Parts: sequence; C-alpha cells; structure tokens
Amino acid sequence: MKSESLQARYTLNHPRWYRKRVSTYWWLQRWEYLRFVLREVSSVFIAFFVVTMLAQIYALSRGLEAYAELQNWLRNPFVVALNLISFLFVVFHSVTWFGLAARAVVVRVGGKRVPEILISGGHYAGWLVVSAILAWFLLGG
Amino acid sequence: MDAKPSHLRLEPLLWILFSAGGVVAAFLIPVHLFLSNLAFPLGWLKAPDYAHMSALIAHPLVRLYLFVLCAVPLFHSAHRIRYTLYDGLQIKHLNEVIAVGCYGGAIIGTLAAGYLLWNIH
Amino acid sequence: MAETIQLEVARYSPESDAKPHFENFEVPYRKDWVVLDALNYIKDKKDGSLTFRWSCRMGICGSCGMLVNGEPKLTCATFLADYAPAPVRVEPLRNFPVVRDLVIAMTDFMHKLQKMKPWIIRKEEKALSEGEYLQTPEQLDVFKQYSMCINCMLCYAACPVYGLDPLFAGPAAIALAQRYNLDSRDEGAKERFPVLSQHDGIWGCTFVGDCTRVCPKNVDPAGAIQQYKLTAALEWVKSVLMPWGGK
Repeated sequence: MKSESLQARYTLNHPRWYRKRVSTYWWLQRWEYLRFVLREVSSVFIAFFVVTMLAQIYALSRGLEAYAELQNWLRNPFVVALNLISFLFVVFHSVTWFGLAARAVVVRVGGKRVPEILISGGHYAGWLVVSAILAWFLLGG
Repeated sequence: MDAKPSHLRLEPLLWILFSAGGVVAAFLIPVHLFLSNLAFPLGWLKAPDYAHMSALIAHPLVRLYLFVLCAVPLFHSAHRIRYTLYDGLQIKHLNEVIAVGCYGGAIIGTLAAGYLLWNIH
Repeated sequence: MAETIQLEVARYSPESDAKPHFENFEVPYRKDWVVLDALNYIKDKKDGSLTFRWSCRMGICGSCGMLVNGEPKLTCATFLADYAPAPVRVEPLRNFPVVRDLVIAMTDFMHKLQKMKPWIIRKEEKALSEGEYLQTPEQLDVFKQYSMCINCMLCYAACPVYGLDPLFAGPAAIALAQRYNLDSRDEGAKERFPVLSQHDGIWGCTFVGDCTRVCPKNVDPAGAIQQYKLTAALEWVKSVLMPWGGK
C-alpha cells in the first residue's frame, strides 16, 4: 500500500560536462592554423596592391610630375620594404590558391578524376604564360 | 542548423566574387606588383616612360583590364578579411558592422577604380 | 632502448573535478604498441577508473579518436615508437564537451548528420521485382571516397570553425551529405540543398583544410565542401537567372 508521500520521484542524471573555451589565440596554437591565418592575411596585401595600382593610375592621369612623384614615393625605403613583404604574401596567395583549386575542382576524364597535381600544374603553367605576356606588355614590347 | 526559409541568399554571390577575385589575384597580381612596385621604381629593369604608360592606358581594353585587376580582387580581400575578423578575433557581435565595412570598402574601391579609369584623357 | 615511456593522460571526473587535469603514468615501452595498448595497460594494471572509448583496435570503427600531443589521432593507429622516448600527452578530442576522462559527447554530430538525410532518397522506389539499382564502376568512383568516413570525429577536432561556432555543420556531416548527393541512385540533392547552403552549412567553412589532413580514411572532407560550394553557387546563379524555377 503506497501513500502519496512515499512515491519515488525519478530525476534525470545530468553529469557536468566540461567545455573548454576556445582561446582568442587559437590560431597560434598549431602550425597548421598559423599557416592558414597567414594565407588569409595575404588578402590584406592584395588590397594594398590594388591601392598602389589605383594611386599609379591616378598619378598617370594627373600628368608627368605627379607620375614622377609617385615613382619617387615608391623608392622610399619603408615603401620598398612594404612592397617586398607584399610581394612575398602575394606569391604565397598564388601558390596556396593553386593548391586549393586542385582540391576544389573535380575534372573527370574517361571515368577517372584528373590527378590534383595536373590541375595545380596547369595553373602554374597558366601563371607563367600570363606573367610573360604581361611583362612583355609592360616592358614595352 | 535547420533549413532557413528561402530568400535571395547573399552567401553564394559573395563566394563567387571571392573566388573570381582569388583567381584574378593569383594569376595577375604577382607580376604586376613585382614590375610596377619594385623592379621599375628601383631600376632593376628598364621602366617604361610616362609616354609609353599614357599610350597604354589610353586604350579602352587596357582600362577595362585594369578595372578588373583592381575591382575583383577587392571583393576577394573583403571576404577573407571579414571571415578572418569573425573567426580569428571572435568578435561575432560586430558581425554586421564587419560585413558592411568589408564589402562596403570593396564597393567604394570599385567605384573609385571605375571613376579613375573613366576619366583619363 | 628505454624500457618504459611516460604517458600524460587527461583526467576529468564530473562528480569531483571543476576541470580536467593531467596524470602521469609509466607504461612499458614495446616497439609494436600503440597508444591504445598503453591506455589499456593503464586501465588493467595502474588505474581501473581510466575511461576511454575503443572497439575494433584496427582503425575501422572510429571509436578511439583522441588528441595525441595535441594532434587528433586514432589511438589504435598511433605507435608509441613514433614518440619515444619523449612523454606522450593524451587528451580527449578538441571542440567537444568532455563527459569523463577521455570520453567526449558526440550527440551534436549525430544530430547534424541526421539533418543531412544520409540515406538514398528516391522520388519513387523501384519495386523489388524490378531488381537492383545498377551502378557502373565509374558512377561508384564519383562518391566512393566520401563513403569511407568512419565517423571518428578527428576532423571536428581539427576544424577551428567548429570550435569557434558549434552551430557549424562540420566536415564529416557535409562530406556524408555529398556522398549521397553524388550517388547516382540518389534523387535527394534538392532536399539537402537548403540545409547545406546556409551560413552554418558550407558557407561557414573557410577551407582551413586541417580536416582533410587528419582524416585517417582519406575522405577529404575539405574537398567535398569546396566542390559543393561550387555546385551551390551554380544553383544560385540558375535560380537568379531563371527564377521561374526548374523541375
């Protein structure tokens, strides 16, 4: 014979799970994450290049003196250093981009997937050709 | 993670712009940066003179090329910078501000490029 | 050659601890031992309360995933010899709630996987009398890689986006969705599209690529996600250029 007060009450067991907070510096904790963030940061230097290109176009449109002044500014050691670093990052962008494209693009030939190295190799070849053509234009060909 | 109601999503467009910008940047920017920002000003290679550059830029196709070279990579950078700020610094509460700032910056840069290239005599 | 090797094992008891701490154990060093062997030795001979998951001990069940020196690994496939004589640090997988010692809760993943509808979806099932769905080796090759996933969760432990945003679908769930999207017998790609093509789906991924690096089965979830981004982008272009809709 059970009375109300003796009835068993079942409660769910809630074990206390532990969740670690992700540190703001998570990207410094592993080499792979740091490499990833550097790859993303290369986009800042791409934007910097665009700004310098716009500056050159603007100087061209304003005349010979403005253009010469800009060339002078480009010779400033601090600007040279910035451009050197930018160049390294911009090349890093290209190299990582060709690797990423090989993973993201699936080309099937004859029922089999084209190996990634051929996709990235094709990109590098294209890069060489395009760069050669541009250099020819700019060097006054 | 439930399926959101369908409306015009921006993410696919932003990703397309990001990818296009990445391709343009990867293929074209290294040689441009090397020549225009380093080799020519520092005299490593014979720089084209003002006359040659003016002649080049007068051509409408060259201007179109320069517009693409400047505008599209800006969207690539905007997208990457936005996500890096979002993930890297974990400032998610500023998500809208960052997005507007980044893509807005890219739009302003694009307009500036268009204006500059249109107004060359 | 050393006779023993040190293991620094994370311990957490929800009844008594506020957060995990490390305990050092000295285990025999055998050239052919894996980390799982060392953990079982500890449980057998040193401390029976050490709690961890394992099953097949041959890299197919996906149960024994843990962080070994900070790297997501299957402990049944990680040899002590690769770390000796330095001590080996064993922790539960990153980015998951720790239930006890080295055991994590993967309910979140199971929930997300289910949202992906990881089964063959057909508008109309073929009657049994009509026989099997036929598939050529070329058709199999298109999705086979993504079917190799053993749900070991190493990719989630590697993915920083999942760590920062627990709502993110994650590498394995999306790769498994792709496994079915690309299967020639499946007709459910349209059904999976809204779940995949949203911020917590593929668009949250920034192609860090660490998931692919740690995957013990070469599933390449990062590749699967990027490929689906392209598919989804093309779908979007179609829906914009032809808003009257397709089939």
